[in-house]
Amino acid sequence: MLTRSPDALAATEGSKRGTSIRIEGVEQDFGAFPALRDVSLDIQPGELVALLGPSGSGKTTLLRVIAGLNSPDRGRILFDGENATNLPVQDRHVGMVFQNYALFKHMTVADNIAYGLRVRPRRTRPSRAAIKARVTELLQFVQLDGLGGRFPAQLSGGQRQRVALARALAIEPRVLLLDEPFGALDARVRKDLRRWLRDIHKQTGLTTVFVTHDQDEAMELADRVVVLNEGRIEQIGTPEELYDRPASPFVISFVGEAVALPVTISDGHVTFGGRELHIDTHGLRSGPARVFFRPADIAVAAEGSGDLEGRVESLRRTPAGVRATIAIDGYDQTLEIDSPLDRSASLGGRVPLSLAKARIFPADENGDYFNAGDGI
Amino acid sequence: MTSPSLVGKNARRFTAPSVIPGFGLTFGYTLIYLGLIVLFPLATLIWQSSGLGFSGLYAIASEPRVAASLRTTFFISFAAAVVDLFFGLIVAWVLTRYDFPGRRLLDAFVDLPFALPTAVAGISLAALYSPNGWFGAPLADYDIKVAYTRWGILVALIFIGLPFVVRTVQPIISELEAELEEASATLGAGRLQTVIRVMLPPLAPALLTGFALAFARAIGEYGSVIFIAGNIAYVSEIAPLLIVVKLEQYDVPGATGIATIMLAISFAALLLINLVQAWSRRRFGHV
Repeated sequence: MLTRSPDALAATEGSKRGTSIRIEGVEQDFGAFPALRDVSLDIQPGELVALLGPSGSGKTTLLRVIAGLNSPDRGRILFDGENATNLPVQDRHVGMVFQNYALFKHMTVADNIAYGLRVRPRRTRPSRAAIKARVTELLQFVQLDGLGGRFPAQLSGGQRQRVALARALAIEPRVLLLDEPFGALDARVRKDLRRWLRDIHKQTGLTTVFVTHDQDEAMELADRVVVLNEGRIEQIGTPEELYDRPASPFVISFVGEAVALPVTISDGHVTFGGRELHIDTHGLRSGPARVFFRPADIAVAAEGSGDLEGRVESLRRTPAGVRATIAIDGYDQTLEIDSPLDRSASLGGRVPLSLAKARIFPADENGDYFNAGDGI
Repeated sequence: MTSPSLVGKNARRFTAPSVIPGFGLTFGYTLIYLGLIVLFPLATLIWQSSGLGFSGLYAIASEPRVAASLRTTFFISFAAAVVDLFFGLIVAWVLTRYDFPGRRLLDAFVDLPFALPTAVAGISLAALYSPNGWFGAPLADYDIKVAYTRWGILVALIFIGLPFVVRTVQPIISELEAELEEASATLGAGRLQTVIRVMLPPLAPALLTGFALAFARAIGEYGSVIFIAGNIAYVSEIAPLLIVVKLEQYDVPGATGIATIMLAISFAALLLINLVQAWSRRRFGHV
């Protein structure tokens, strides 16, 4: 294993089945602040999962609970069906890549990568030659051949990221955990590393969980995305499911842009500013609610039709048509709507607008919006 | 010669070009300050003792009483600095890494040896460790005598030197990211391995600085030691005290001779520590 080429390394790790992770009812409080509230999650072997949420949503806490760096107040963590809740970090064999990489600055790149092997008890520690071979192999694997003698301070951000990953892979971890893996990098490097991480995941076949606040990143990389908000899971789903069937107002507004209109439901009819919107309420209670739609799902309608009306604030020519900035009556923000040339609109004029797709969520008695409802 | 960079390359510049103004003023101040306050008195000392010549200095150094006092001073100062290194690290660690009630108060206590008149420290230590003192009496039961022996000197010098180590190491410890420890743990390292392999190496330069300061301070310490040492010639007499003794006997050349020898040894020792430090910075200081 230790003397094979990087391709062989990739092949062996790829053929090895990943570890499944099961999280059951995990809760953690930091003082009076509940960081995780009844979080349950099943991660399949070899799956690439993103934990997505705004800061303070508990996503990093959840990652740390999986790693064993935090011990949950309630709930269990199972690796391959075995209870790992009380397994110390040292014995969990998780490959963790920290947000700021946490490289050992006084050690060379090679020493950093070899660290996890060198600290093993003598019985299980590979020989010096074997460690050296493994380091060389991993350096090739992360495309840093020949940089083993450098210190972390002499590397670029992207290179440090790779060293951190190689160091985590050196211990042949059961799962790979990454905390904001691209957070500290500039946009171009991020793009490259995303593709590269996808490849690494494919080649190693490791169950991989990463934390991000960037929904593009989560959607582009992950097999499944877990959306967290205020310590709770809002939705678990594939990128398609999150885009097409968001389960809550939070998800629809966090995953992509969304416009929210305050509406009233009465006897199955939805009204907004005196106009009726043709949205199926399928038995939602009468009362205040909110309609969510994506800017792409609204278009200029033919004269005499449409759900909404707006005023054209500005017009700009685009290659395919015109982009109009439109103020919807009764809504305090303007929208940019692209429409073909033949739909005539004049500056300051009024245009009818139609909604192709929208979702409605009723408000509870506090005026908050809870998870329910389906749109058109 | 036309391009300004050529001038910069060929004509040796005294200082690297900088956008920050005021080099002349501040450098001049630095020279005057160091000259008047540090170098001038030391130069007078050397000038005073220059009449003795090397043979004269050698004669003074090989005087059994002087040699014994120099050995006492440097050996015990070194030992005290080693002890301070160890305990100073622990104190700094506890004060930085843990939050507990009274932490700030404890933190303020660390500076007391700086502020206290050293004679006061010496007298209180002597009272505590004297055979009928609070610490001295129980120790006496085991036939351990601290006050009025070399152990007394060691205790006083440890007391004096501790803040130097604590205060130099503290900021570096607070800069160490907790993530480093966590990374080490996820890679399978135990607590002790993490401390030795991950936490201590970055602290090495600061620890050496603290050690050098504590050592230097201990060599020059006078006030606290003379009250607890008992000042028995050949046994617990420190070199600074011998200088005072010689002065009281109007043996000015003898006093300046000892002072010059101390200066030379201290300078050599500090230079050595600085070299080790430069090496350790190169080795561990990649920040």
